[in-house]
Amino acid sequence: MTDIAITLTVNGVVRRVETPGRRLLSDCLRHDLGLTGTHVGCEHGVCGCCTVLLDGEPVRSCLMLAATADGHEITTVEGLAAPDGTLSPVQRAFAECHGLQCGFCTPGFLCTVTALLRDNPAPTDEEVLEGVSGNLCRCTGYQNIVKSVHRAAEIIAEES
Amino acid sequence: MKPPPFDYHAPGSVAEALETLAEAGEHGKVLAGGQSLIPMLNMRLAAPGHIVDVNRLAELATVSVESDGVRVGALARHAQVERAEQVAAAQPLLRQALRLVAHPVIRNRGTVVGSLVHADPAAELPAVLILLGGSVRLARPGATRDVPAAGFFTGPLESALRPGELAVSALFPTLPPRSGTAFHEVSRRHGDYAVAGVAALVRLDDDLRVVTAGVACVSAGPVPVLVDVTEACGHRPAASADWASAARAVRDRIEPETDVHASADYRRHLTGTLAERALRDAARAASDE
Ligand SMILES: Cc1cc2nc3c(=O)[nH]c(=O)nc-3n(C[C@H](O)[C@H](O)[C@H](O)COP(=O)(O)OP(=O)(O)OC[C@H]3O[C@@H](n4cnc5c(N)ncnc54)[C@H](O)[C@@H]3O)c2cc1C
Ligand code: FES
Ligand code: FES
Repeated sequence: MTDIAITLTVNGVVRRVETPGRRLLSDCLRHDLGLTGTHVGCEHGVCGCCTVLLDGEPVRSCLMLAATADGHEITTVEGLAAPDGTLSPVQRAFAECHGLQCGFCTPGFLCTVTALLRDNPAPTDEEVLEGVSGNLCRCTGYQNIVKSVHRAAEIIAEES
Repeated sequence: MKPPPFDYHAPGSVAEALETLAEAGEHGKVLAGGQSLIPMLNMRLAAPGHIVDVNRLAELATVSVESDGVRVGALARHAQVERAEQVAAAQPLLRQALRLVAHPVIRNRGTVVGSLVHADPAAELPAVLILLGGSVRLARPGATRDVPAAGFFTGPLESALRPGELAVSALFPTLPPRSGTAFHEVSRRHGDYAVAGVAALVRLDDDLRVVTAGVACVSAGPVPVLVDVTEACGHRPAASADWASAARAVRDRIEPETDVHASADYRRHLTGTLAERALRDAARAASDE
């Protein structure tokens, strides 16, 4: 069970890693690459904390082997802000609307919502609920998260 | 909550995948979307010696509408099939069911064929395949066989797939004119597996009388339960068919179990109610055709 050499493009940077076949993508990001912004809650696909973008599409990084991601592009929460550190519209909206308290679930929500608004720039309440239904938050009660999504849609519209 | 060690294989062609699987025999497991297999590995409910990752087999990421139905390749993701307009036009039940499968993010990775092979009695797609009378195409080096849905699901999480075989595609037959379908389910939380769920199919004649009516129920037994309710609802115009009697026939046929989510009695009741709703909707869709 030798290590496997893989190449991932993470947040625009090409990274080469030698990792065991059983390594989860979430652990590869956190332990091999030191990108601890991706959080791990349940490791069976239920909580959504570990959601990252794989070639732009949100996926559970705890339900994917790092080896399967070989050759693909990954965006983690660390890659959402602009290179100069300016927060993305979705990040600003969450800060402004108190869309987080402890922040544990936030990286997953930010990645999920970034993709949601790219595909549907003006979602209805129902579409927002459907869109974030796979992400659990133990703190906020979700109301401010839903507000944050609508606010992010506004900011994106204003800035485009 | 980490997978146990295994040998990882990433074949670059279907032929290579079949060779690898044949060598691994009963120690091998196919990794498709991983949305069921990886949780099982993480929870140590499965410990295969060899994982054969089929995610590089782009030739299997296909969905096509053929003369006899919609053929879904083994690497077509739930989301890809759900979004395909030509699939929704040819076989609307697929989109109706896929919207109820897990959450959008899970659907980005999970595959339709993987869901069939996984054969969870609470899953939507096995019920769809059974109701439509579809089939799964299984391959080993030098041979393929088509297994009809009626014989494919053999028990909870058990299918007719033999060790060393790869499921390469599934066929979801299209329906003649004046057919309608619907899928209704109840789950504890949005995106969860269904506590009870019913797929319905109704065919009408040119006078809009019921020719055949049937349902496939999930979470109602060890495998999806197919119930023909044509007799029960009568050869009558769809508008006055006896859907309540059809629902009773469904309640009598199923054998749901009690678990933490619901009692067997509650599941039986719910399944009847959902069957009536799904049959009415399917009949309405058939009349609008
Ligand atoms: C939080 C959560 C909620 C979910 N909710 C639902 C739900 O409501 N309804 C539902 O139906 N599903 C649900 N699922 C499961 C999801 O639909 C899975 O995607 C699906 O069951 C399996 O597909 P997969 O491609 O991910 O298969 P994998 O996880 O890769 O494999 C599953 C099994 O099938 C075998 N297999 C897969 N493909 C092949 C093949 N081509 N040939 C041979 N063997 C193969 C594997 O060896 C394994 O044993 C949920 C999953 C999660 C994580
Ligand atoms: S840690 Fe991946 S979904 Fe919970
Ligand atoms: S902010 Fe604490 S879990 Fe969501």
